[in-house]
Amino acid sequence: MTGYLFRRLLQAVVVLIVVSLIVFGLLQLLPGGPARAVLGNRASPGEIANFIRQYGLNRPLPLQYLIWMGHLVRGTLGWSYTQNQSVASLIAERLPKTLILTVASVVLALLVGLPVGMVQAVKRNRSLDQVSTFVSFAFYSIPSFFLGLVLIILLAVEVHWFPAEGPQGTTFAQIMTNFRALILPVVTLALGGIALFSRYMRSSVIDNLVEDYVRTARAKGAGRARVLIRHVLRNALAPIATILGLFLPVLLSGAVIVENVFNYPGMGLLFWTAAIKRDYPTELAITMLAALLTVVGSLLADIAYAISDPRIRYVRR
Amino acid sequence: MTLTAQELLSADDLGIAARWGGDAGSPSPPFLAAARTFVENRLAVLGAALLVLLVLFCFVGPLLYHTNQITTNLGNADLPPGAGHPLGTDEVGYDVLGRLMAGGQTSLIIGIASAMLATVVGTVVGAVAGYLGGVVDALLMRIVDGLLSIPALLLVIVLATIFTPSTALLILVIAALSWLTTARLVRAETLSLREREFVEAVRLAGGKGRRAVLRHIIPNTIGTVIVSGTFQVATAILLLAGLDFLGLGIPPPAASWGQMLSTGVNYVYDGYWWLIVPAGLAILLTVLAFNFIGDGLRDALEARLRSR
Repeated sequence: MTGYLFRRLLQAVVVLIVVSLIVFGLLQLLPGGPARAVLGNRASPGEIANFIRQYGLNRPLPLQYLIWMGHLVRGTLGWSYTQNQSVASLIAERLPKTLILTVASVVLALLVGLPVGMVQAVKRNRSLDQVSTFVSFAFYSIPSFFLGLVLIILLAVEVHWFPAEGPQGTTFAQIMTNFRALILPVVTLALGGIALFSRYMRSSVIDNLVEDYVRTARAKGAGRARVLIRHVLRNALAPIATILGLFLPVLLSGAVIVENVFNYPGMGLLFWTAAIKRDYPTELAITMLAALLTVVGSLLADIAYAISDPRIRYVRR
Repeated sequence: MTLTAQELLSADDLGIAARWGGDAGSPSPPFLAAARTFVENRLAVLGAALLVLLVLFCFVGPLLYHTNQITTNLGNADLPPGAGHPLGTDEVGYDVLGRLMAGGQTSLIIGIASAMLATVVGTVVGAVAGYLGGVVDALLMRIVDGLLSIPALLLVIVLATIFTPSTALLILVIAALSWLTTARLVRAETLSLREREFVEAVRLAGGKGRRAVLRHIIPNTIGTVIVSGTFQVATAILLLAGLDFLGLGIPPPAASWGQMLSTGVNYVYDGYWWLIVPAGLAILLTVLAFNFIGDGLRDALEARLRSR
């Protein structure tokens, strides 16, 4: 297990270094450099030179990369071009909101997706399974902004069950007291996850139902329900951990759109505003942070998988 | 190196993989059996029919239904559906039905072109990495891992703010992010194909690596590649719609479904449903069609599922 942990950890560090090189490299692709992009075509050469000096863009590239990495590691994440604040302080306000939204969505997606997938597997190829397969494909294919808008029209404009905007409070307590406003964004973000988890759970349970241990348990007199819950469920859940890891980047992409639709001031909305204003340090820092969350998330998921299924630890290629 | 979830579950639902036992000596792959399985899959047939209708709607529709999608006409803005405008007009007076057709052309062209480009790049990278192994493999796969850990929409947005979006650029940008899964799947298959006798035979007969990859390995991964490419179109169209919705895609007067929705947002409280529902349904149906077709193709091309 230690060997596995070590190799997996090393892999995560390498991936993060690759990500940081990619993200840093993106900024170098800017035609005319960030100064021209931020100050516009009418900026005088003096202003450009000033900007370049102020943000240290005249230093050699490897040095700029190291300085940028230094900012990342120390947690200051650079200085916003438009907000006159460190990117870290911008993100600090917003990150908890995005975390509340995404964690609530994952929990909802698991609570609905896993049981649905299990029922589908047990009743596979019957009409119930076919109908829910159709539904989960539809959920998987619906763009979250369309879904969000439809929910707003139906439940916030036609009948006033929920507010059309996400909670605007700044503290955790404020957001939680306005929980009603959080429901529509969470449901919108969770629906894709429900489709994903139910599909994987369905195939995972089907794969396990044909295993020898199921026949053995049945032969020893265990009832259908008992075999399903005590034996199959445990084994079928393990691979779901990795799907959870894969779902993270999808979730963070989704947060950008859902926060936009519901005007929920989290990291996704901050990212969007930064993109519209061409505030590259903020854009890149959030991209980097999202990648970090993804890498750490899938690392944890893989470790959970390896703990629950010893066969994984010995796989070497 | 450890297994990733995609490789572990590559043969499973939504995981996109197909495989036929690729003996070089056997006759052409069982196309007939595959076609029969595909046709028996009701959802796949539904998807194919939907796609045909959508293509006719977007590309033949404008020939029969002429609208002005270039100049605005504010005197005709926000008309509800009725005579002359079956789906009403938008905030600057464009006919919504006509705009739906024009927007569909961009969505389908960008979606299909970027998926094809991504599939070709992904297949070649995956096959080369898997066949050569060693440093090349490690380097290429670390790049894939890195790019895959950055949420796709964020990366597309960064690229769209760095360059000025145009049809060609969006095809390149979306393709640049979409070859990753294909590369992983093809690499995994190449690893097992590499050890097979017929590839060994090419080497023994003095064949070059390039010949082994192009003539023997890639043709044997074609099932995986087709299935993955089909799902890729669905993902690309969703990604593009998201970018357009956020106002970072191709600017007007070019039409796109995502952009139509984003202008509709301003009129949610006015009950102008025709600015939101048609464009949203169009995206949903297109993505659904490609997902159904992809799923049907996977069932058809994967022997393991067929025997079950």
